[in-house]
Amino acid sequence: MTEIEGIYTIWLREAKRYIRYRSRIITAIFTPLLWLLVFGMGLGSAIRFGGTAGGYQQFIYPGIISQTILFTCISAGVGIIIDKQYGFLKEIMVAPLSRSSIIFGKALGISTGAIIQTIILLLLSFVVGVPMTPLIFIGSLLIAILIAIGMSGLGLLIASFLDSMEGFNLVMSFVVLPIFLLSGALFPVTGLPSWLEFIVYLDPLTYGVDALRNIIIGDSVLPLEINALVLIFFAILTIVLSAFIFTKKEQDLM
Amino acid sequence: MKYIIETKNITKRFDDFTAVNSINLKVPKNSVYGLLGPNGAGKSTLISMLSTIKSPTEGTAIINGYDIIKEANDVRRSIGIVFQSRALDDILTGREHLEMHAALYGVPKDVREERIEEVLDLISLGKKTDEYTKNYSGGMKRRLEIGRGLIHHPKLLFLDEPTLGLDIQTRESIWEYIEELKDNNDITVLLTTHYLEEADNLCDEISIIDHGEIIKTGAPKELKSELKSDTITMTLDNPEKLLSLIKNKSAINNSLITGDELRLMVAKGENFLPEIISIANTNKLFINTIELKHPSLEEVFIKYTGRKITDGAKTAGGKR
Ligand SMILES: Nc1ncnc2c1ncn2[C@@H]1O[C@H](COP(=O)(O)OP(=O)(O)OP(=O)(O)O)[C@@H](O)[C@H]1O
Ligand SMILES: [Mg+2]
Repeated sequence: MTEIEGIYTIWLREAKRYIRYRSRIITAIFTPLLWLLVFGMGLGSAIRFGGTAGGYQQFIYPGIISQTILFTCISAGVGIIIDKQYGFLKEIMVAPLSRSSIIFGKALGISTGAIIQTIILLLLSFVVGVPMTPLIFIGSLLIAILIAIGMSGLGLLIASFLDSMEGFNLVMSFVVLPIFLLSGALFPVTGLPSWLEFIVYLDPLTYGVDALRNIIIGDSVLPLEINALVLIFFAILTIVLSAFIFTKKEQDLM
Repeated sequence: MKYIIETKNITKRFDDFTAVNSINLKVPKNSVYGLLGPNGAGKSTLISMLSTIKSPTEGTAIINGYDIIKEANDVRRSIGIVFQSRALDDILTGREHLEMHAALYGVPKDVREERIEEVLDLISLGKKTDEYTKNYSGGMKRRLEIGRGLIHHPKLLFLDEPTLGLDIQTRESIWEYIEELKDNNDITVLLTTHYLEEADNLCDEISIIDHGEIIKTGAPKELKSELKSDTITMTLDNPEKLLSLIKNKSAINNSLITGDELRLMVAKGENFLPEIISIANTNKLFINTIELKHPSLEEVFIKYTGRKITDGAKTAGGKR
């Protein structure tokens, strides 16, 4: 009972932080729109895209949603280092609460931010001409939640190995960008050279993009169940792993 | 249970540097206990171990009857802590900090509101209560942190440098607050400080800690009287003459002349004073001013550590 309340409390604080940093929400909406409108339109008119009926813009729409979740969750997850630097992490760590609950609450809080962004992007689907039905909306949200929890877990996991925000740019270049580019958010993953295809399927986000594409534009490589299963597995893995490392490395975190 | 804290050879090493060296500390229940030591003495490290934030390299401690290693969660429930460095979230309000703390420590929902009001009353943040803490002054932040540490009614409150960097007024109000706290509650306070007057005013007992070891323990009053060194300071026209007349007295430990000022370190100043005056009178030496001072904790500190508390640990053994 106290653990559940603890998770809720950590979640609440994270959600409040998210909502209070308004500029963050605005950029988090603006960036994907830029991708969709400028990149999607620009590249879409330059190439003859045979992938989907709705054209390139619609094709990358689920990819850009995934990208938004990825960026938000990893940067907020790594942001736990800021809590450490401001000392607030100590207040949380001396509380009589299991380390796993702290991680889980934190991941749920971060995911909440990403989900808010997803909702806004889903409501803006008319911009790229994708029809939005309640079923698509709810299905997409469920997948988005899975992606978000997995990526928050990954962000927290990375953070437990970093000492300061100095490493943040490294994480962006060596983790976030490759995950994004290799996920098939911007190109179809069929017909790739086999070495590239191999790497693409190692990327957890690939399954998220594919699942969203399945739900939103009815076009996917893998069946939805497989995608969902991989995402569930990835979410559990990163949360359990970062809870474990957090418990282990508790000492260094303060 | 007589002692709320009992450490057993508690030790913390960072690589080959020993920050806390086999300390055995006993803190009586319902007292205010002070850890006094220069920068780098190991005070915060000791508190980190006692509050389960860092685990000891060797040894352990029993807090409120629980072992800090084996029963960390019970220890956490028994203590409140105010860290040396700030531990606030800049975009939460003061009230939200208290609410969050109450929830994390499982304060029953039906008394939560009441507790928060009680603490808010005490720390008097006024209309800043519902503003983000980034708008708070240093003293308000400190008061909030102290108040937060009390929300769950801990048996033991750690205050690591509670008044560091605060102005005199705020410092005094925090002292008052701590006094009130110990008078009206079943609580023990362990505080670290390097303000000697803070330790003197507030603490029932202190330990002087240096280079990770406890050098001396006792009530401030006892420690001072143990020193046997009152200071008599006089100004007169011919201090050399007076000194030559009294310098053979066994009560005098030391003497110093600067200009027309004569300073004597003596054992029982109040007994020696009349004697000096009568010697001066019989020899027609006119004393302009005379002052007797009992030693302060500062002198106690210098005696046991060989330096002033503000000097820091520069002279450390160089084990790093
Ligand atoms: N994580 C760490 N790694 C290495 N050395 C450390 C670490 N933490 C503390 N120390 C060292 O241990 C010693 C004791 O530090 P501590 O913070 O306990 O001192 P303190 O008595 O609280 O000093 P202050 O009055 O400045 O707060 C210092 O020499 C410090 O450099
Ligand atoms: Mg300290």
